[in-house]
Amino acid sequence: MTVHEMAEKLSLQTICEPDPDREVTGGYTGDLLSWVMGRAQSGDVWLTIMSNQNVVAVATLADTAAVIFTEGVQPDAGVRELAEKKDVNLYSSPDHSFAVGAKVAALL
Amino acid sequence: MDVFRLHFDIDGGSFASAGNASVEVKKTLRQLGVSNAVIRRCSIAMYEGEINMVIHADGGTADVEVYPDRIVMVLEDHGPGIPDVELAMKEGYSTATEQIHNMGFGAGMGLPNMKRSSDDLKIETKVGVGTKITMVVRL
Ligand SMILES: Nc1ncnc2c1ncn2[C@@H]1O[C@H](COP(=O)(O)OP(=O)(O)OP(=O)(O)O)[C@@H](O)[C@H]1O
Ligand SMILES: [Mg+2]
Repeated sequence: MTVHEMAEKLSLQTICEPDPDREVTGGYTGDLLSWVMGRAQSGDVWLTIMSNQNVVAVATLADTAAVIFTEGVQPDAGVRELAEKKDVNLYSSPDHSFAVGAKVAALL
Repeated sequence: MDVFRLHFDIDGGSFASAGNASVEVKKTLRQLGVSNAVIRRCSIAMYEGEINMVIHADGGTADVEVYPDRIVMVLEDHGPGIPDVELAMKEGYSTATEQIHNMGFGAGMGLPNMKRSSDDLKIETKVGVGTKITMVVRL
């Protein structure tokens, strides 16, 4: 499943999608960046309520397939532009992380 | 293959651009044809070290050398130093402030991640003088 397919199936709000064909292979939920850095796997969808620019660097380095901001969180100013530049897909969902995670898991 | 060198000055004041050097290293390693597994380990180790210099030491320098058999990352700062390295290495230990926590840092997992991701981690530190961290990842 590509990130674009996932976003459509889950009716996510697309913030930016510079790499729509990226394959989703798993998921990770977390807001503490060092946990995400050490634990998230390449190809994971990362669910978080963190909205700052550091999310883009962590997503790039951990090589996650996409970031979903949960709880209706929107990225801080400048984050979308940075993500476009770094090829990081960003989405948002009004639901909480457990609910979104369960839906992602059901699709995998 | 010749030794390939990269040098970065890491700005201490800027949390927003923190991680830029690590992203640059990742890009370079990919261009050099380094395997994904090694790139991942270097990315984690370098990022945690870079962030620590920004958060705890007001910035510093990073030097990365790519040899045919290994990658060496040296991070050096003139920050406060680490009084108790053994304690600092413990998972969950952090002196980060509330403000830093709010940005997602301060889980106390950075140094443990650096240890796990590298084949060799050396910490030279002196209180009031600074910290030099050398990490080796074998190819
Ligand atoms: N370069 C440094 N200069 C001074 N102190 C440091 C430096 N790097 C780490 N420390 C000290 O070691 C502690 C543990 O570092 P570690 O990276 O494991 O956790 P953290 O940075 O506090 O949180 P996290 O990395 O999970 O965001 C820090 O809280 C800080 O007190
Ligand atoms: Mg740290």
